[in-house]
Amino acid sequence: MLASLVGCFGDFDRAEEAAQEAFAIAAERWPASGPPANPGAWLVTTARNRAIDRIRRERTLAEKIHLLPVPEAVMDESDDTVIKDERLELIFTCCHPALPLEGQVALTLRALGGLATADIARAFLVPEETMKRRLSRAKAKIKATGIPFSVPGAPLLADRLDAVLAVVYLIYNEGYSGRVDLGAEAIRLGRVLAGLMPDEPEAHGLLALMMIHHARRRARFAGEDLVLLDDQDRSLWDTGQIAEGRAMLDRAIALGGRGAYVVQAAIASLQARERIDWGQVAGLYRRLAALTGSPVVELNRAVALAQAGDPAAALDAVEVLDLGGYLYFHSTRGELLRRLGRDDEARAAYRRALDLATSTPERRFLTRRLEGF
Amino acid sequence: MQYALMIYIEPGYGEALPGEDQEAAYADYAALADDPRCLVAAQLRSAETATSVRVAGGRTLMTDGPFADTKEVLGGIYLVEAADLDEAIELAARIPAARLGGAVEVRPVVPR
Repeated sequence: MLASLVGCFGDFDRAEEAAQEAFAIAAERWPASGPPANPGAWLVTTARNRAIDRIRRERTLAEKIHLLPVPEAVMDESDDTVIKDERLELIFTCCHPALPLEGQVALTLRALGGLATADIARAFLVPEETMKRRLSRAKAKIKATGIPFSVPGAPLLADRLDAVLAVVYLIYNEGYSGRVDLGAEAIRLGRVLAGLMPDEPEAHGLLALMMIHHARRRARFAGEDLVLLDDQDRSLWDTGQIAEGRAMLDRAIALGGRGAYVVQAAIASLQARERIDWGQVAGLYRRLAALTGSPVVELNRAVALAQAGDPAAALDAVEVLDLGGYLYFHSTRGELLRRLGRDDEARAAYRRALDLATSTPERRFLTRRLEGF
Repeated sequence: MQYALMIYIEPGYGEALPGEDQEAAYADYAALADDPRCLVAAQLRSAETATSVRVAGGRTLMTDGPFADTKEVLGGIYLVEAADLDEAIELAARIPAARLGGAVEVRPVVPR
């Protein structure tokens, strides 16, 4: 509903205000008269007409110039009007790279997720006032700079879709740390996106990735402690969601998807198997490293190599990485050295990891490892 | 909507280019100036020629040099008419300075 109102007025504040008004009128009338045949269309039409009235009033009263062009009001629209779905336009507007990333994230959650400002503030651990300012700054920039309310054309689409997917994945990862259930919200957004772009493999890849990870969330912690994949209680996995994620992955691959999200989803899917083919996982990490050029991906490839039974090759792959400030570089080195029987070096590596660890579960995990020697 | 495309880059970047790249860059600057959406195209003389003017207590004060003492300086301005920010960004991306280590600041112009 908000999407079609923003599409109509090109103005988030006006759209939100109009939507609230329409809901208020509905709350007043529907209990007596019963809801109309198509409540969604009724709300949009009512909101649109209210907003147009308001714009007209403002124009005559204040001689306001520079308002956006107002579409002709259609006052006698019947209840079964089909309202154009403009959520895709809204997503691309909210995730426009000219907006600061934190503004993109907040606006996406507010406008598409329908989350209250207070909830978004809580999720990102900032005061509500800060979040309110962040949102209004983003909305003001959209309006003042003429960020278009449209799906970008072919030459821009690939880059801009990457930006949209990055925002959704960022929202997902905020939830991954367990603070607020942003994971479920990100999946909902991912579903909307995949539904609206049925031929985009990476949109399906991202959704598959999030679903398969999300399905394992209850097994990831035991109380406050991190549980490694090997030790997770698989009965806590949401097998329905894993199956749905895999179906999404199949669709992405059938669409020719070979991008970073599709490859990551394929890795997650393999890791959710009863018996994990670590050689295949290592191969996929190699492909992902080629796509992203990320040393962290190389580190994951090394872990897969070790799991496949070759800790010496894994250690060789780790030693060349320039990740000295990264906790998991040291903990991985420690584990590989331990498996190779080089205990002194292993302990030193684990200690280095412990120095870098900030969260309580991580510190506890590393301390236990050190005590295990 | 009108947008100002303001070009910031280290002085002398053009001379440092090989001959053919220099020619390509000039051609691109000229092509944008000739685009029907371009209202104003102004290349500025070097920052050494700048004078900054302030008025205090009715007196006009002058200092030699640009307003901000930075490595990159304002080298030129285009004023363009574009349907939206995406179109303005697309025009800005054609400016050679943007791919030669500089940056183009895109700002909407307040309508009068």
